[in-house]
Amino acid sequence: MPTERERRFVGPRRGQLIFALFFVSVSILLLSQIGSQTKWVENSKLFAQPRFWPAVGLAGMVLLGAAHLYLMPWRRITRDDVTELRKWAQVLEFAAWFMAYVLLVPLIGYLPVTMAFMPLLTWRMGYRQPGMLWLSVGFAVAVVVLFKGLLSVKIPGGAIYEFLPGALRSFFILYL
Amino acid sequence: MDLLQSAFEILMRWDVVLALLAGSVGGVLIGAIPGVGPAVAIAILLPATFSMDPIVGLTVLLGIYGSSMYGGAIPAILINTPGTAVNALTTYDGYPMTARGEPRRALSLAYSASFFGGMFSVICLILFAPVLAKIAPFFGSREIFLAALLGIILVIVAHRGQSLIAGALAAFGIFIQSIGLEPVKYTSRYTFDQPFLSSGINLIVVVLGLFALSQAFVLLTSEDEKIRMTRLRGGLFQGLRELGRHPRVATVSASFGVLMGMIPGVGEFTAQFMSYTYAQRSSKRPQDFGKGSSEGLIAAETANNAVPAAAMVPLLALGIPGEALTAMMLSVFYVHNVVPGPGLFQNDMPFVVALYIALLILNVLVLIFLLLATKSLIQVVRIPNRFLGVCILTLSFVGVYSLRNSATDCVMAALFGVLGYILKRLSLPSVPIILGMVLGGIMEVKLRAGMARVKEPLDFIDRPVAFLLFVAILLVLASHFLRVIRERADLRAAERGMQKSSHRFGNMLGRRRQIFLKDRFKKVRARHARRLSKFKDLF
Repeated sequence: MPTERERRFVGPRRGQLIFALFFVSVSILLLSQIGSQTKWVENSKLFAQPRFWPAVGLAGMVLLGAAHLYLMPWRRITRDDVTELRKWAQVLEFAAWFMAYVLLVPLIGYLPVTMAFMPLLTWRMGYRQPGMLWLSVGFAVAVVVLFKGLLSVKIPGGAIYEFLPGALRSFFILYL
Repeated sequence: MDLLQSAFEILMRWDVVLALLAGSVGGVLIGAIPGVGPAVAIAILLPATFSMDPIVGLTVLLGIYGSSMYGGAIPAILINTPGTAVNALTTYDGYPMTARGEPRRALSLAYSASFFGGMFSVICLILFAPVLAKIAPFFGSREIFLAALLGIILVIVAHRGQSLIAGALAAFGIFIQSIGLEPVKYTSRYTFDQPFLSSGINLIVVVLGLFALSQAFVLLTSEDEKIRMTRLRGGLFQGLRELGRHPRVATVSASFGVLMGMIPGVGEFTAQFMSYTYAQRSSKRPQDFGKGSSEGLIAAETANNAVPAAAMVPLLALGIPGEALTAMMLSVFYVHNVVPGPGLFQNDMPFVVALYIALLILNVLVLIFLLLATKSLIQVVRIPNRFLGVCILTLSFVGVYSLRNSATDCVMAALFGVLGYILKRLSLPSVPIILGMVLGGIMEVKLRAGMARVKEPLDFIDRPVAFLLFVAILLVLASHFLRVIRERADLRAAERGMQKSSHRFGNMLGRRRQIFLKDRFKKVRARHARRLSKFKDLF
């Protein structure tokens, strides 16, 4: 049965201790580097020192993070915490999908990569109906046309577009 | 009158009209899809608005901000799932109405209440603008520093039960905004000799990671929900008539929304909570609240829709955003070299009024759109979660990559996305990081400028506004610490009440001995008393 202190804790128990330990450790590590990573300028006021604001931020992170850790009602990492850690690791797969998308766009071009990325990830998420896959292709085309074609956001044309013939090449680089 | 005319001149452009339409319709759609929300949409659209005029870009973003809450009421009422976080209270009375077969009545009441809240706040602020223009010049560097500090403290203390970690995350925001080349002495801070860190960590990269990518990760790792949609029957105009029967609740709730919206870090939730409590206490049928009360629905929807316009006050008048969405909008101002703050009110008042009029028109457009298109609109609720995650991931790319075409930015955004996902899993707030970044930057610049003319520390608060702000900071801190002390005492009392006897064998034996001795001596004392009384009776 949870204690009163556990019951009053805002948020779930799983993963809290691991996150707080990680946060405080990184904060202490960063604070320990303040001497080498920032400079103290002679003949300058404290508030105008380049070191002042990183110090404020890091001191806040260490002190408040440590107080949060100290007041936490749990002191031991349980099996639920480890399971939660695995859950966090699961999203790295989608971060990798995102990065692959980012790296392929300058090579193959925004439209072709988006048209491949959307249905592939839709397939990966378990949607096998042709309707959903066509919907994902339609969405991909709409996104490219809206953002690159109409709103002219700055996304470079793919390196592969260089092999296209003259007028088509300029059109693809500019709009797709 | 001249002011209004100049404001209308700013708005009379085809791109502004298009922005108004796109913002209102887009905002309603985004709000109606549970799991997206205005923060995700604004984060994604932010870089796209940089190429637009400030008024056009801001109109789109304001439109999304203001109208998403209208749309958020639809799933809250029909399927008991709030479309945006601030529509959570709408489910209390909206869904029970649907359950008893009155979904149209609930929707029309929510639209009417939202419309009233939106219009009320914009009208209040248009009337309030000249006063603000007079007050704003009293804010110099020191005052803006103190107002930013007050804002950050309010954001931290607003997270009840989590203020320590909220403070730590705000400090993390202050730290990451300080990374890179320091602009005055030109020394590098925490760059670890990496060239990509020299220009610092971009706010939009962090925003996109914490709001858009993290939400995509949440949706991609969740299960699709089965949704049972209710059929809509009846007219959508009855809500306006019904709202007219509760003018007091609507006006008080809208006033709470305006007041709370203006205070940084407080926002919709407090406004809703206060108006809902007020409506329940002053109602003739308080027992109906939470079971489909029209007054409850009016209180919740009026209060949350009165906030967006009011939240623009600290941003426009002082250049201080009170929450994540206005912090994102601040970057639109900076990109176009328009510096919000006292100067904007003094030099470009028509621009400010134009923004408010745009909000006014937005509310009308949204109401018309909702009254005509609700039947088709409710279909967006059916979009499966994981597919939505795929869409957000694809759209996030546009937001991050179009900034500087940098893969490093995308790596950063992905890392912040993972951090945002972890924070969401742990129910920890990510807003303090964004406000720490924005307000930390403002505080750094303003403190340096303010301290340059200060000889003694007390000179910092020798001006009336600075002194008032300083007192406000002290009061907020004092009330927070008092509340923490009270909560601690309450916790200790509850723990004492729950204390149980030890289960250790030695202690159990000791307790048994005590009981035995107690009972035994009671018996012995009783026997002795009996004998004594018998003995006394003899004489």
